[in-house]
Amino acid sequence: MSVSVLKPGLLSSLQDAGRPGHAALGVGRAGAMDGPAWQLANALVGNQRGEAAIECTLVGPSLRFECAAVIALTGAAIAAHVGKQPIPMWTRCYLPAGSVLQLGGMASGCRTYLAVRGGFDVAPILGSRSSDLHARIGHEHGRTLRAGDILPIGGAESLPAPQAGDDVRPLHWSLDPQPWFDFDRRPLALLHGSHWSQLDEASRRYLAGGNFILSKDSNRTAARLDGHALRLQAPLELISEAALPGTLQLPPSGQPIALLAEAPVTGGYPRIGQIAAVDLPRLAQLRPGDNVCFHESTLDEALTRLATRQQRLTRLLETIAQRLEHA
Amino acid sequence: MEPQTQPEIQFEALAEDALLLRFGERIDVDLNARVQAAATSLRSRLPELECVSAYASLLLRFDPWTWGGQDGRDPHERLQAAVSMALHENDPTTAVSRERVIPVCYGGEYGPDLADVAACCGLDADAVIARHTACEYRVAMLGFAPGFPYLLGLDPKLAVPRRTDPRQRVPAGSVAIGGSQTGIYPEVLPGGWQLIGRTPLRLFDVAAGDPSLLAAGDRVRFRALDEDAFQQLLAANPPAATPR
Repeated sequence: MSVSVLKPGLLSSLQDAGRPGHAALGVGRAGAMDGPAWQLANALVGNQRGEAAIECTLVGPSLRFECAAVIALTGAAIAAHVGKQPIPMWTRCYLPAGSVLQLGGMASGCRTYLAVRGGFDVAPILGSRSSDLHARIGHEHGRTLRAGDILPIGGAESLPAPQAGDDVRPLHWSLDPQPWFDFDRRPLALLHGSHWSQLDEASRRYLAGGNFILSKDSNRTAARLDGHALRLQAPLELISEAALPGTLQLPPSGQPIALLAEAPVTGGYPRIGQIAAVDLPRLAQLRPGDNVCFHESTLDEALTRLATRQQRLTRLLETIAQRLEHA
Repeated sequence: MEPQTQPEIQFEALAEDALLLRFGERIDVDLNARVQAAATSLRSRLPELECVSAYASLLLRFDPWTWGGQDGRDPHERLQAAVSMALHENDPTTAVSRERVIPVCYGGEYGPDLADVAACCGLDADAVIARHTACEYRVAMLGFAPGFPYLLGLDPKLAVPRRTDPRQRVPAGSVAIGGSQTGIYPEVLPGGWQLIGRTPLRLFDVAAGDPSLLAAGDRVRFRALDEDAFQQLLAANPPAATPR
């Protein structure tokens, strides 16, 4: 029960919900950058325990399934084939033993999730199978996948065995990727950070509506945003405080940095904003070179939108589970 | 006796699930001790919170849906009220902190910057070692990398600026000085602090029940070790294989 990595893709890693609760030890959460897409991929294959999936970045891996498996692809639209047969996304698909799944480039978006029934069953570290590439915690010291890696598939005894057969068989229904793969270019909601008011007026105006470009130096730790340099009214001498995913920091260069899933647990740069949690998956799906825009929002609004999204996701997860029972 | 009045704590809602308690804006042992006492108290009274202490602030991560009112609103205000009450009821006696002794082999290949540090401080190397081992330090916070302790209490005479050319690979266990602080690199990391010695102890091990040797609030002392003793201890505590 395993999957062999033939080609690793550009930056592929195992991710789950991450490892909350260890920041006091200097260990960040990591986890899937686009949480809802990861959850839906798991739901489609019938996983219900937060199993690890592969997070692909821009170009996906090629994998050989040494056993029959049930898979699902969600997130960014990726070219996926077994032999000549295209594999649809946002549904689940039965793959016979020996199938080679070739994942190519992404037509749009930045991150695709590949879930397998039973999950990728590497040893959990501090309660999570996520690879923290920055802190080097996770499977094989938290590194990205490499050709030759063998990833065990777990949990099969508790799930119905995939049907026998030699055909690649997708389900006859699939999810609507909207709004989960959210490609409208609405600005990201930005809450004022501790040092928002210390920005000069032109910088405040630019931040709330001006255009930034996602830098190619961005990774799972931080999105670097190129645009007009932002300036403080006066330099600030700050001591390190806790940092969070979504925090928009301003280093001396004036180009803001948005912390992401692998955010360090402390930081000493001025904190000019906080990106609404509900919009972080959309930021995770932007590619280097894409435009990034913010609009000012409030904590109340951010919580309301997050609650609405959460309720909608929960309903959808229940619906998927019901439909799979009769599939 | 009237309880000593403490300066007000500032509360700041950082994110949907995050509230920051700011005790001050300085790096200071006493201020940090208040942070650690509050963290200890909140961990026992409100164990569902994640408490992350820094120099002068404490971050709380929480579930906004359980802390929201019946209408699901204002979780930060409700949490702030609960936290204020918990800290108000706090037993003012200082929590007993752990003491950890860290053996260090100073100088030579283990502390390649010891001579520079000594020259910068106008001391000889032995005097630097004597002063570095004479102090009791406090772990102000862990950060930068898993298990990296920022230690307060450095002899002011030993404060030296960071290196102008940071190293790409600082060896695991390196004991270093950066400004008025001292710290220990738990694994191979890039870093700009001045390396004065190395400990054979493993500071961070995900396989251990308690992965970090040190925790915020711990008291730390350094003890000088010769190279033979260093190698013996290293053999007894082999570092985890580090990739790259």
